[in-house]
Amino acid sequence: MPLANTSTTVPVLVDEGKCIADKGCTVCVDVCPLDVLRISELTNKAYMKFDECWYCMPCEADCPTGAVTVNIPYLLK
Amino acid sequence: MDEIKDGLSEIECDVLVIGGGTAGPMAAYKAKMKNPDAKVVLLEKANVKRSGAISMGMDGLNNAVIPGHSTPEQYTKEITIANDGICDQAAVYKYAQHCYEIIEELDKFGIRFQKDENGDYDVKKVHHIGTYVLPMPNGETVKKALYRQLRRARILISNRFMATRLLKGRSGRIAGAVAVNTRTAEFLVVRAKSVIMSMGAAGRLGLPTSGYLYGTYENAANSGEGYAMAYHAGAKLANLECFQINPLIKDYNGPSCAYVAGPFGGFTANSRGERFIECDYWSGQMMQEFYNELLSGNGPVFLKLNHLHKETADHIEQILHTVERPSRGRFHEGRGTRYHETMIEMHISEIGFCSGHSASGVFVDDCARTTVPGLYAAGDMASVPHNYMLGAFTNGAFAGEDAVAFAGEVDFEDYDREEVAREQERVLAPTRREDGIPPNQIEYKARRLVNDYLQPPKVTRKYELGQARLAEVRDDMENHMVARDAHELMRAMEVTSILDCADMAAFASLYREESRWGLYHWRTDHPERNDEEWKCHVLLSKQDGRMTCEKHPVQPYIVPISEEEKDAYYKQRIKAEA
Repeated sequence: MPLANTSTTVPVLVDEGKCIADKGCTVCVDVCPLDVLRISELTNKAYMKFDECWYCMPCEADCPTGAVTVNIPYLLK
Repeated sequence: MDEIKDGLSEIECDVLVIGGGTAGPMAAYKAKMKNPDAKVVLLEKANVKRSGAISMGMDGLNNAVIPGHSTPEQYTKEITIANDGICDQAAVYKYAQHCYEIIEELDKFGIRFQKDENGDYDVKKVHHIGTYVLPMPNGETVKKALYRQLRRARILISNRFMATRLLKGRSGRIAGAVAVNTRTAEFLVVRAKSVIMSMGAAGRLGLPTSGYLYGTYENAANSGEGYAMAYHAGAKLANLECFQINPLIKDYNGPSCAYVAGPFGGFTANSRGERFIECDYWSGQMMQEFYNELLSGNGPVFLKLNHLHKETADHIEQILHTVERPSRGRFHEGRGTRYHETMIEMHISEIGFCSGHSASGVFVDDCARTTVPGLYAAGDMASVPHNYMLGAFTNGAFAGEDAVAFAGEVDFEDYDREEVAREQERVLAPTRREDGIPPNQIEYKARRLVNDYLQPPKVTRKYELGQARLAEVRDDMENHMVARDAHELMRAMEVTSILDCADMAAFASLYREESRWGLYHWRTDHPERNDEEWKCHVLLSKQDGRMTCEKHPVQPYIVPISEEEKDAYYKQRIKAEA
């Protein structure tokens, strides 16, 4: 059974202009309880890789540059 | 990151604490304080800095027994009645005697508790009988304060390791645990003289009405591993049929926080804006009335603050939107709802196991000892009823102190190397398949079935159908689940815990042939409470590889409950005016 690529809109947004992951910062990736954020190998910026969000906000609260915004997942907003 | 790597390493410690949320850090800290020479390891699936139910903080203590405001006897009585008589009082009483010391200790850690103009603790009444709710003005700093103490005490922290099974020796004593790294799939065996499990609720059991797998009431990382691991290690679990079901903000699924709003004059109302329950403290009996109102012509149910002065409503909003679940403000912004303008629609949560609010947990005594020698449990996953955050801290402290003393008296227990190899194969099986069913689909289906068949009201025939359907999903999970990277493997392992918990929820519910705890165990084909046959615990365990249940007597009460008092929590509904 082959797997499909079904798209979903993700709740966590990263402002790439503010994100300093390319300087070595991994705070948002480190603190996420569900471990859904990663640093993109393409852009060297943080992004939400897995749509598995509890909209709890440590990523946003702990980001040193205010680059992260947590929105309410579409299915429940 | 996330590529699957081969690897197996082993470490040794005196005390292993699994789970770094609330009870776990306190257990590790207390163990280390009691014996600074002991090697204490704290294992965490996420990151201790921000893990567990209090990831972002907590707005108050819901069960503070503070001299001058309430007594341990009064609290023990309240919880016994709230939990419909099924309560080993020794653990509740001991908690009530010692929780004030923990409050003072947390105060020293820098966590502030609200005081009035006389410098006295500003305790609020929310419960049916006594006064136990204490606001925390800087509640958003709890995890940071705890983390500082862990660093200072030199606790060894291993983040991003998910424990999958406990190890026991031939004698039946605990020997350690097997864990897998959630980003590399490398294995870690931790040998330990004693093990404390503080792995939180089984919060991903039912499916939220939104259909979003992670839109749960509990922190979605709390997927019930503690319950499943204790079960497979042969520990007994108590009262799993006493589900957790909570009142909450519909769709957002966060707590409605009548505990916060109540003391300011907010309350739970029906669609006419009328109060229908006497007391907003969460209990199965209260939830039954909530459920009845929800489905009645007066439904749905709302959090009502719009009768309050705008400043008061705004103040409540400010607390609720900054501490425990701060994204709540964003949710209301999106809906265009303001507390001072409109009542907020509420609903009931999906089902789960969580002794923090109800009573389902790994069976423990008043020292947090499980039925497996050397194995402890504390917090939301241990059976001390209604223990909330302060209970997790206090019982975590008991666990830490007892576990480090136990470790001082024994040597490492040997474990079977073959067992570790078998466990690695079990865990890695979904990564060996070329294709199959991904964990998220298995999880969705299992949890949808939990809603369809196990959610109260409980009907025997529906339960039997549910068990059969869940068995089919289990077959898919064991033979066809596929995980393509280490992250997906973590989700796959969580699904195995979720299915174990679903099976336990069904099995324990069918065993107790009566109704008790209001909505939590409402069996429509056994609608009456039957004290003669069922005023006892139900203990579930794995014996000879099979799930079994047994009755276990409630220990004689330390604080007597009179006939007139025992049903106080059934008198929740406000009487209609003549």
